[in-house]
Amino acid sequence: MKTDWRERRHRWDTRYAPYAYIAPYFLLFAVFGLFPLLYTAWVSLQERNLIDGDAARFIGLDNYVELLTADPHFWNAMGNTMSLWLLTTVPQILMALGIAQLLNRRLRGRTFFRMGVLLPNITSVAAVTIIFAQLFGRDFGLINWGLELFGAGRIDWQAGTGSSHTAIAAMVVWRWTGYHALIFLASMQAIPTSVYEAARLDGASAWQQFWRITVPMLRPQIIFSTVIATAGNMRLLAEPLLFNPGAGAATGGSDRQFQTAALYLYEQGFSKFEFGYASAIAWLLLIATVAITGLSYLAARRIRTD
Amino acid sequence: MRRTPTLIGATLLAAGLVAAGCGSGAGDGKTRITIGLFGNFGYQQLFEEYEKAHPDIDITDRTASYSDHHKNLAAHLATNNGAADIEAVDVGYINQFKANPGQFVELKADVKDRWLDWKWEGSLSKDGKQIGYGTDIGGLAICYRRDLFEAAGLPSDRDAVSALWPTWEQFMATGKQFAAKAPAGAKFFDGGPTVLNAIVGQAPTGYYDKSDKIVVGENPDIKKGWNLVAQGVADGLSAGLLHSTPQWNTGFKQGQFATLACPAWMMAKIKDQAPDTAGKWDLAAVPGGGGNWGGSYLTVPKQGKNVDKAVALADWLTAPEQQAKVFASAGLLPSAPKLYSEQSVAQKQDAFFNNAPTGKVFTDAARALKPQYQGPKAGDIQTELGNAMQRVEQGKQSPDESWDQFVADVTR
Repeated sequence: MKTDWRERRHRWDTRYAPYAYIAPYFLLFAVFGLFPLLYTAWVSLQERNLIDGDAARFIGLDNYVELLTADPHFWNAMGNTMSLWLLTTVPQILMALGIAQLLNRRLRGRTFFRMGVLLPNITSVAAVTIIFAQLFGRDFGLINWGLELFGAGRIDWQAGTGSSHTAIAAMVVWRWTGYHALIFLASMQAIPTSVYEAARLDGASAWQQFWRITVPMLRPQIIFSTVIATAGNMRLLAEPLLFNPGAGAATGGSDRQFQTAALYLYEQGFSKFEFGYASAIAWLLLIATVAITGLSYLAARRIRTD
Repeated sequence: MRRTPTLIGATLLAAGLVAAGCGSGAGDGKTRITIGLFGNFGYQQLFEEYEKAHPDIDITDRTASYSDHHKNLAAHLATNNGAADIEAVDVGYINQFKANPGQFVELKADVKDRWLDWKWEGSLSKDGKQIGYGTDIGGLAICYRRDLFEAAGLPSDRDAVSALWPTWEQFMATGKQFAAKAPAGAKFFDGGPTVLNAIVGQAPTGYYDKSDKIVVGENPDIKKGWNLVAQGVADGLSAGLLHSTPQWNTGFKQGQFATLACPAWMMAKIKDQAPDTAGKWDLAAVPGGGGNWGGSYLTVPKQGKNVDKAVALADWLTAPEQQAKVFASAGLLPSAPKLYSEQSVAQKQDAFFNNAPTGKVFTDAARALKPQYQGPKAGDIQTELGNAMQRVEQGKQSPDESWDQFVADVTR
C-alpha cells in the first residue's frame, strides 16, 4: 500500500526528525563534554602522575577526602573564588542595568555607544589582563599615580587579599558589563511604552519607573545574566594567572591570596603533575558551580513581578 | 564578482589548513624540525648555519615564557600530542621529567665526555637513561650599576667592588652603605628571592638530600641565608621586585636596583630588557664564591615524527663548538669544561657590561662550582621559597612566620 507507506513515513518524519536535527549538538557534547567529564571522574579516583599514566593507582575517594579534610590551600582557593564571585557578579549586573538604562535613551551616536560597550568583551583576555596588571602596578601604575595625586598612599595591589581581589574583579567587570548591558537593553526595548505612560499618569518618578517596571520586566534576562556570570566566575583562571606572571604565577600571589579554585587545579595538574588530585578538584569545582548557580538562580528569581 | 576575493581568501585558508594538517615536510620536500625554547638560548644564527649545511632541514623555533613552556610540555607529554621535536628543559624541571624517561628518546652516551660530570648526571634517570643533552650552566656573579655605585659614593671599579664583599654578610653591609647615600628610587638589590636563590645555589646541599628527602627545613645554610636576606629586606635594601615579572623588567629601565645576582643567562636578560643601559652595568665576583643557578637541557620527546633528525640537531647544538658560539653571541656559560681554557671563551669581554671580562669571571665561577643535588620538585620549592620571601617583603608576615609556613607547605 503505497499511500500508507508514505503516510507512515510522514508521521515518522514529524516525530523523529527534530531529534535528528538536534543530534549533532548532543553528539558533540558527548564527545567533548560528557566523555571528558566521566574520564575526569575516573582519573580523580586515582593517584596519577600527569605524564606517567601507566603507573596510575586506584585509590577510591582518597583524593576527595584529602581535599575536603586536610588541604587548607583548597579551602583558601574556594574562599577566594567565592569572594571574587560576589565582587564580580553583583557590580556587573547592577552596572549593566544602569548602562542599559542610559543607552535606552535618545542620544547622539547611539549605535556607536551601543557597539562600544561590547568592545571590552571581544578583546583578548590575555591582553586585557596584562594591561590591567600594568595599571595596577605598585611603582609605576597609573592607578597608584592617580591615588597619589589625590593625596592617598600607594597600594601594593598584588600583596593584599582585598586589594588583589578588587583589581581582578575590575578586570572581569570591565570585560563583561557591556555584554550584559546589551542583553538588558534588547529586552528594555521590548517593554511597551504604554506601561511607562500609565505609570507617569499615576505620578511615578523615573526612579520608581526603573525599579518598579524596568527591573521586574527584565527578570528573565537578569536570571540569565546571573547564571552566566556565576558559571564564568567559578572557573576564573586567566585573570589571576596573568595578574602575577613569572615562575610563581600558578600560586596566585605570595600567600595564595588570589589563587582561585581553577588556578589551584592548574597548579596541581600542570606544575606538580598531580593529575588525579587536580581531577578531584575539577569535580568538586563542578559540584560547587552547580550549587552556586542554583542559589543565584533562586536569588534572582525573587525579583518581584508584582 | 565582488565575492571573488572572499572566495580566494577562503580557498587559501582551506589550503593552509590542509597543509598545516599534513604537518612537517609538506610541499618543498624539507623536513621541518620544531624546537621549543624559553627565554634566550642564542640559537638563531646556529639554526641558519645548520640549515645551510643541511638543505633538507627546516628549523622552526617557538619560544614561550619559562613557566608556560614547561607546563605546556607537560600537557603535551600527557596527551602524547603537540610537543616540539626538540624541547628545552630547565634544571628546575628536569627531575620531574626524568622521573618518566619513557616519554623521551634515550640519548647516546658516547658523547658523555663533552659535559661536566654533574651536568650529565642531572638529566640521567634513576635507571640510567639519558633524556637530555646539556646546553648551558648558570654559574654566578654579581651584576652591578656603575653609575648608581658612583652616585652613592662607593667604588665602581670591578676589582674594588669584588673586594667589598667576599661574604654575603659583607654584601649586605655594603648595601647599608649604599642605602645611606643612594639616589632616590634606587635600592641595593632587586628582590629578596633573587639573592636567596644565589645563596641556595652555593650551598653543598639544597632542598633535597641524595635520597630525595626534602631537607630544606633542617638545612642550616639555607636558613642562614634566609635570615641574612630577611635582615637586608628589613634594612630597606630590597626593591621588592620578583625576578622575571613585568614589574622587574620595568625596574631595569627605571634603575630601581643597583645589584643583581647574575648567572650567565641573566646577562642576556638584562640586554633584552634594558638595551638603553648599555655601558652602565659591570660585573663583579659573587660573595661566597662558586655556585650555580639554572642552566638547561635539550630533550627529544618520543612522540615526535622526526626523532632521528631531532637527535642529530640536539647533538650538534650542544657540541662544544656550538656552545662556544652561543657564549660569544649570547653569553650563556658552556657546560663543556674543555672550553674553559680556550682563548676565545676565557678571554671574552662584554661591551654591554663595560668590557667586563665575562669569560674569566664565569669560567672561574664554573671551576669553583661544587655541584648540588637537585631533587624531584626543586623548581616548585624554589617558587615557594620565593613566595615566602615575598611575604616578608610585602609586610604580610614576619620572617619567622613566613619561614615556618614555607617549611610546612613544602613538606606537607
